[in-house]
Amino acid sequence: MGLRTVLTADDVRRALTRIAHEIVERNQGVHGLAVVGLQRGGVWMARELAALLSAIDPQHEVPLGSLDVSFHRDDVGLRPIVPASVTDIAGSLDGRIIVLVDDVLFTGRTVRAALEALNEYGRPSAVQLAVLVDRGHRELPIRPDFVGKNLPTSREELVVATAEGVTIQ
Amino acid sequence: MKRLVIRGGTLLDQTGERAGDVAIENGRIVEVGNDLKGDTELDARGCIVSPGFVDLHVHLREPGKEEAETIETGTRAAALGGFTAVVAMPNTDPAHDTVSVVDFVRAQGQKAGLCEVLPSGCITVGRAGTQLAPFAELAAAGVHLFTDDGNGVQNPQLMRSALEYAGPLGIVLAQHCEVAALTKGAVMHEGACCSRLGLPGWPAIAEELMVMRDIELVRLTGVSMHFLHLSTARSVQMVRAAKAEGLRITAEAAPHHFTLTDEQLNGYDPVFKVNPPLRTRADIDAIKAGLADGTIDAIATDHAPHAPHTKEVPLDEAPPGMLGLETALALSISELDMPLGQIVAALSWKPAVIAGVADRHGRPIAVGEPANLTVFDPQQQWTVVPAQLASKSRNTPYAGRQVRGKVRHTILNGVAVVANSAATR
Amino acid sequence: MKHLLAIDDLSADDIHRLLELTDHMVEISSRPIPKVPALRGKNVVSLFFEDSTRTRTSFDTAAKRLSADTMNFAVSSSSVSKGESLRDTIETIAAMGVDAFVVRHRSSGAPEMITRWTNASIINAGDGWHQHPTQALLDCYTIRTGLNRRDGFDGLHIAIVGDIRHSRVARSDVQAFAALGARVTLVAPPTLLPPSLEGWPVEVSHDLDALLPDLDVLYLLRVQRERMDDALLPSLHEYSSLYGLTDARAARLAPHALVMHPGPMNRGVEMVADPGELPGSVILNQVTNGVAVRMAVLFWLLGSGGDLSEAS
Repeated sequence: MGLRTVLTADDVRRALTRIAHEIVERNQGVHGLAVVGLQRGGVWMARELAALLSAIDPQHEVPLGSLDVSFHRDDVGLRPIVPASVTDIAGSLDGRIIVLVDDVLFTGRTVRAALEALNEYGRPSAVQLAVLVDRGHRELPIRPDFVGKNLPTSREELVVATAEGVTIQ
Repeated sequence: MKRLVIRGGTLLDQTGERAGDVAIENGRIVEVGNDLKGDTELDARGCIVSPGFVDLHVHLREPGKEEAETIETGTRAAALGGFTAVVAMPNTDPAHDTVSVVDFVRAQGQKAGLCEVLPSGCITVGRAGTQLAPFAELAAAGVHLFTDDGNGVQNPQLMRSALEYAGPLGIVLAQHCEVAALTKGAVMHEGACCSRLGLPGWPAIAEELMVMRDIELVRLTGVSMHFLHLSTARSVQMVRAAKAEGLRITAEAAPHHFTLTDEQLNGYDPVFKVNPPLRTRADIDAIKAGLADGTIDAIATDHAPHAPHTKEVPLDEAPPGMLGLETALALSISELDMPLGQIVAALSWKPAVIAGVADRHGRPIAVGEPANLTVFDPQQQWTVVPAQLASKSRNTPYAGRQVRGKVRHTILNGVAVVANSAATR
Repeated sequence: MKHLLAIDDLSADDIHRLLELTDHMVEISSRPIPKVPALRGKNVVSLFFEDSTRTRTSFDTAAKRLSADTMNFAVSSSSVSKGESLRDTIETIAAMGVDAFVVRHRSSGAPEMITRWTNASIINAGDGWHQHPTQALLDCYTIRTGLNRRDGFDGLHIAIVGDIRHSRVARSDVQAFAALGARVTLVAPPTLLPPSLEGWPVEVSHDLDALLPDLDVLYLLRVQRERMDDALLPSLHEYSSLYGLTDARAARLAPHALVMHPGPMNRGVEMVADPGELPGSVILNQVTNGVAVRMAVLFWLLGSGGDLSEAS
């Protein structure tokens, strides 16, 4: 099967920059924000976004975390589940605005698990969702707040998103 | 009475091997020759016709544990295994320490009519190791072999006294060799396996110390003695040396002690728990060598049925013992590198002498002799299937094993109690 | 893997993966709400034929943090004395719908036997003198974090001191420590060693004092009073004077060395010094790590949907 490039590294960089500005605009600054990347694909993107946000407003450092949702999935026991890196959430999330970051939004089940997992760290004042690619095929009522690119795909296709670009197999 | 003829077999007894038919009337052999005719004929082509087998060591469980075996089911298993006489161990409930119990056991055997049951007697009352059983009374009731099997007689003074007292009675004392202080809680052979599995070990020395002690007591008293189920290389070596000195000692070994090692316990399956325990490859080799050179006189099964639920518990809670009657011949033929004549000797006329029944079992195949005979096919392959065994219990350690040698017919007092590998009663 | 019966059922890679999974469980345990839904709807039954509040509570806590349902059966008397076979007991409880049995039994091999009578996963929580695999895993985790040895125990020297012969902890620890690359020395009087050490990846010493400065981990086992009745020891006092951890002996340990004990401790016998005063003591860490390790084991058997190795 062929490999098709949908976004180049430059496209990805531009999309992330745009998302960063949208986040600042929506929240009127970066004060009270925290960026949390989903293991594994969302971690690099969260790191990039946090850096971009801090660059926009150097006065406030934007806390960065990562979240592994393996133990919150609804398909535990149905398929091999192997946790990636250990979840790293420093401090309470009470009252913060959390920007949840993932590379590809597909069925929405991972995001559902992430919303549930976040609850165990506190009660954020809001949770927003940023994704690089929305490929459709949602199985749950979940909609992203910030999208790099809407990408129509078939269910069987594999979408790979990194800082180097986005490809479809 | 009708004339029964066993046709076309090879006759094998203490006088040698030859082809021939055997005609039987009124419980005795009336003719040995060729092309004999009878009212009933049993096909023995391809088979060995030998004197009936004698098992010095079976647990028939009746009275007391009829859920595991009865004398009827046990003797049916014996007959299917080719045995025309079995010595019933005394560890029933009540034990064989009174005339009424041994009379009952013998009568139950006669009632079933499948195999002659020879009750053993206890050495001590209740097998408790403290007070001698009434040897003379029991001997008068026909008991020849005395043992506390399941327990060794621990007290050396008592054992010495037992031998001295037994001497003039012409009976045989048989020892279960186990120094109990060395086998407290023991579950399996003491060695690498038990160390890894975390189970209390039954060390070889616990058997050997008693063999050693009793050899010296035989030397001291001059009274003969039989060693039950020897299991270690050193035991065989000591018995060999004692016999060479002319001491009046006989010994037996069980098929599981020349076929299975302690590694069988790796899966913690209680079907492999037995007393004395399965030992090592070196011990198996020594037992085989002991049988081959006659140090060990007899193959005895130590047939020990246990109801299934009693073996569905952890290894240390399970009772020791395994079935043996229906597999003894096949395992001997399959595993022992000995001429067939020697195997049959260890199954038939040699144990018949030890059991005190050489007047009617293990006799040469000749006119006028009692017709207690076993006909077996030494080549027939078969697979051990627990559910197909005649014993009331299922605790064979050989489930699924391919073996060679199958009993075709068993003749007890002239009657075919097993014909074509099926019991007739 | 369906069951956890013994450490030698695990490869070194399996042990590493379980310890990595334990890192996640430690993180979960540190959350404000230390509970995840991973094993919702799974029924975990503790079946303790021998009393052990510590181990039972540890497994219970682990199962609850993963949102499994838990049931406890304490069966104090032996199955035989009740006239019920072990098989009857298992089949009866299994009929209630069980995903995993956590089994503690005073008889070696009982958990392995139980695997034949149920489709549930069996986790050995200690059987006789045989194995206590979750104890060994939590010991490995404690050493791994205590000495910062994430990649294995190559070059570490661990002494296990005490009643090796009757110890399921020792049998599991020897296999686990050796699998991760440690050099293991058993230290005990000959009467408290197994009758044979054939196939054991260990060295043996009867001289604790000579070893002390060289050790990275000193692992003490409980020595019981009953051993004197079997003539295996003259007295606990004599044992203590030869093998007990006194202040003087503790002072001869390397500064980084860990002191471990599976509990419960016999104070004044194998543990003469005050463990609270020992800088290297990680005995309470062992207890804490026990919960996380048991979460990892439960998740591995019931939640990972197969082998961890398949997906990595």
